[in-house]
Amino acid sequence: MYAIDHHDLGTPPADSAKLVNVEIDGQSIAVPDGTSVMRAAALAGVSVPKLCATDSLKAFGSCRLCLVEIEGRKGYPASCTTLVAEGMKIRTESEKLHALRKGVVELYVSEHPLECEGCPAENHCELQDMAAVHGVTGSPYLASDRRPPPVTHAAAAVEFETDGSNPYFNFNPELCIVCSRCVRACDETQGTLALTVQGRGLASQIAASQAERFLDSECVSCGACVEACPTAALSEKTLLAAPQPNRAITTTCAYCGVGCSLKAEVSGGEISRMVPARDGHANQGHACVKGRFAYGYATHPDRIKKPMIRAKISEPWREVTWDEAIGHAAREFKRIQAKYGRDAVGGITSSRCTNEETFLVQKLVRAAFGTNNVDTCARVCHSPTGYGLKSTLGESAGTQAFTSVMKSDVVLLIGASPTEAHPVFASQLKRRLRQGAKLIVIDPRVIPLVRGPHIEAAAHLQLRPGTNVAVITAMAHVVVTDGLVREDFVRERCEAESFEQWRAFVADKRNSPEATESITGVPAQTLRAAARMYATAGNGAIYYGLGVTEHSQGSTMVLGIANLAMATGNVGREGVGVNPLRGQNNVQGSCDMGSFPHELPGYRHVADAAVRGTFEADWGVTLREEPGLRIPNMFEAALDGSFRGLYVQGEDIAQSDPNTQHVVDALSSLECLVVQDIFMNETAKFAHVLLPGSSFLEKDGTFTNAERRISRVRKVIEPLAGLADWEVTVKLSNALGYPMHYAHPSEIMDEIARLTPTFTGVSYEKIDRLGSIQWPCNDAAPDGTPTMHIGEFVRGKGKFYITQYVPTRERTGQRFPLLLTTGRILTQYNVGAQTRRTSNTAWHSEDRLEIHPHDAEGRGIVDGDWVGIVSRAGETVLRALVTERMQPGVVYTTFHFPESGANVVTTENSDWATNCPEYKVTAVQVTKVDKPLDWQERYRQSREARQPAHRPAPTTA
Amino acid sequence: MDADNLVHMVNDIADFFVPSAGAQRAPAEVAAHVKRFWEPRMRRQIIEVWRTGKAPLSEAARAAVALLAQEAAAKG
Ligand code: SF4
Ligand code: SF4
Ligand code: SF4
Ligand code: FES
Repeated sequence: MYAIDHHDLGTPPADSAKLVNVEIDGQSIAVPDGTSVMRAAALAGVSVPKLCATDSLKAFGSCRLCLVEIEGRKGYPASCTTLVAEGMKIRTESEKLHALRKGVVELYVSEHPLECEGCPAENHCELQDMAAVHGVTGSPYLASDRRPPPVTHAAAAVEFETDGSNPYFNFNPELCIVCSRCVRACDETQGTLALTVQGRGLASQIAASQAERFLDSECVSCGACVEACPTAALSEKTLLAAPQPNRAITTTCAYCGVGCSLKAEVSGGEISRMVPARDGHANQGHACVKGRFAYGYATHPDRIKKPMIRAKISEPWREVTWDEAIGHAAREFKRIQAKYGRDAVGGITSSRCTNEETFLVQKLVRAAFGTNNVDTCARVCHSPTGYGLKSTLGESAGTQAFTSVMKSDVVLLIGASPTEAHPVFASQLKRRLRQGAKLIVIDPRVIPLVRGPHIEAAAHLQLRPGTNVAVITAMAHVVVTDGLVREDFVRERCEAESFEQWRAFVADKRNSPEATESITGVPAQTLRAAARMYATAGNGAIYYGLGVTEHSQGSTMVLGIANLAMATGNVGREGVGVNPLRGQNNVQGSCDMGSFPHELPGYRHVADAAVRGTFEADWGVTLREEPGLRIPNMFEAALDGSFRGLYVQGEDIAQSDPNTQHVVDALSSLECLVVQDIFMNETAKFAHVLLPGSSFLEKDGTFTNAERRISRVRKVIEPLAGLADWEVTVKLSNALGYPMHYAHPSEIMDEIARLTPTFTGVSYEKIDRLGSIQWPCNDAAPDGTPTMHIGEFVRGKGKFYITQYVPTRERTGQRFPLLLTTGRILTQYNVGAQTRRTSNTAWHSEDRLEIHPHDAEGRGIVDGDWVGIVSRAGETVLRALVTERMQPGVVYTTFHFPESGANVVTTENSDWATNCPEYKVTAVQVTKVDKPLDWQERYRQSREARQPAHRPAPTTA
Repeated sequence: MDADNLVHMVNDIADFFVPSAGAQRAPAEVAAHVKRFWEPRMRRQIIEVWRTGKAPLSEAARAAVALLAQEAAAKG
């Protein structure tokens, strides 16, 4: 069922500048060449009956309901598959057409009786609509003729039985009219191809994988088929529980950095369901299992609804009023600053909060605390991206819009698994690959995109973790020594001196693929072929993830990526570029908003007196010119006693940061820890003040996704605890004696625009008008900037950097012979605080340790065994998953459950430039054990005691 | 702050700059990076560590910290 406010035009838009004039029922209209007659009619305001067509899918022409008459043509062509031609005269209504269509509808109704009352799609069912339009109330065909016997035994077993195995939607075959829109949605929109039509003619049926239950099939629960289904055959379970929605509010997904535009459909007091916005600029009408379905955490019983305080972390919490909690926090911060100095306190902003909220927290730290001790969780994920791209290209952000990939010829994917972490972008990428673009994967693991339905990577460079820089430099070696440098581009656009130095460096034999093969494990010939492919393909685009940044040489690798893109001329137009795939929804935004201790909003260094001056004038304070502490430095300073108070908004540093023991020691030594979060998270265990946070459904604001796209977050329900996060920060600032005056987040955005040159043209009014804006948005680019660095780099000339490979200190040896690397899974998100509290646990209820059969066998480990993982930092126990996805010598896990303790074993090693932790490489030993550790067991039990029902709770508005 | 960690950090920075800037110019680059990104108390501490003469600082790192120390002294 479509979004309730969707007006369907039948077939997708045609991509042509040439206009064609046609006449429809006497009305003239000009439409782009290649438009279907059906779409042209819809654009002229005439809706032609249809069932198998929808404007998100290619026309299929199977239902024969959309017949029209065309002057000069015989018969009754289907309007969805017939394209317009100049001067065409079309008639969409006649007695004959009506009779033909009525016959079709009657046939469908014989298969799908019109027992509409109480049906979840009632009033939104397209068959019901078609029956009404054609005056069909029943079918002249006999019910006994209805369906021939099913085609397979498995199908027989489930015939007409509803498949409710998926936690979020039902499949009721009895309501299916076999229009195959679901099959095509799974193919064209999602790219998973989990569905097929089995059997022929009247005997045909829809089947998931090999006629399996949806939950057991290849289905990834993106929901595209559910939305495409014209009847209630596929429909959301929430529609059975909640009243029919009557209002839709457009907002932005709060999970990953794709930043899908979603519509929350609401009725009275409840959210009935979430549907991707067809006109969403980042997602073009698609979403994934997280954004579309996993929003039930927002009303989970674990939500904190009352502020709480306590004098010591050993004491129980005491519920208090907002004023008491805020007053207490402010007094404590002031006491600490009076006793230990201004710089003894700081704050951490969140990549899950809005731009406005992040801006306010850093403003509070800089203006009310009077220190630059502010940092954000981007420290632990993409801080090297900021450093690397700013140094080389001049701006700390990705260069393209997501749609740019549709013009790429070769995609180089490094340290990222989009089907798992950025699913909607992955669908787009798959679409492009199936059109013939080539894919090169650089990853220690066989990620799903290496081989999938109708997809095969042209090359997989399965390197050893920690050797990224050696690989990228070897690729550059091939480009330079094979004469593949785009000399004209480099001459015109880059600094000659840095380029010449770089050229000489990479050309050195030490950096050849042959010389580095023994370090990286990548066969020289494979690497050479991949480098040539990228350099010569036409449009080469690089997409990368945390597998690039979370290393001791994370920043060097980002520099290396930018070097390679510049040398091959792959920056500054559509189809190319350097694209960091951001983990959390607002990583880009939180960095833009001045969350780093050395940078004011817009990436301007605090030492710049002129920049400081503009903020000082606006804020009426004097700002510090020295950089503040970064998160890992805060921990260290806490341990040496010089840092005593911390305000953390929306982050769970105790779970997400490396070397848990170290973090726990640091947090326990604080005199005042204020945690603002929607749940009692791990960090809150060490807190003295707990301020209830608000979910993205409860507030207004903006998020900025990985393509620099600023999109609106709109309030759908009232804050459960009474205040939105930005209001809490305002209150705290007021209590600290630095009053803030904002009536609405739009006023915070106005301030951001006033103070940040890349945002001067941004306002809520403009975002509402344009749908979204990609910064820079200012006088030079009033509607925003989809592609950056066109004609000239932001820094002027592009700068090359020498990327000498330096092995990490984290080495394998006799004690710790394996390398552990970490990643994510589709259905869970980050530390799992949200997704663990939804039915997404149906797919992933525990983190596992992936290990190659060779390593498993040598240790007597079989699939499902408990295994102990020990590093020099700590120890944890997980269940083993023996798989050839891994290479021998490398093990892998996700970190979505606190009891997994992935960060108990990760170390304090970090990126040389930014202190981004080296999550991706930890030397470990793995042994078979009997059971998890005691603390893990305690976690598991307490969580299981709180498991949600197998369905997202209806959300109260 | 953990002195060993600070030493690792400044050595890592030097490992990056030495290959590009050369032994001669690297210390200034390293010092500039540290000034740009390190909070003052970290800088003070690495200077103290360097003063002991015992920290396993690489050559370029040592020279860089010496520059930071000079500058701090000049500032008073
Ligand atoms: S399940 Fe829905 S979309 Fe799929 S074939 Fe049946 S009616 Fe069409
Ligand atoms: S939910 Fe998505 S993956 Fe699953 S069958 Fe439907 S379209 Fe395919
Ligand atoms: S999690 Fe990412 S891909 Fe999925 S709906 Fe949200 S923004 Fe889109
Ligand atoms: S809508 Fe055209 S054939 Fe079905």
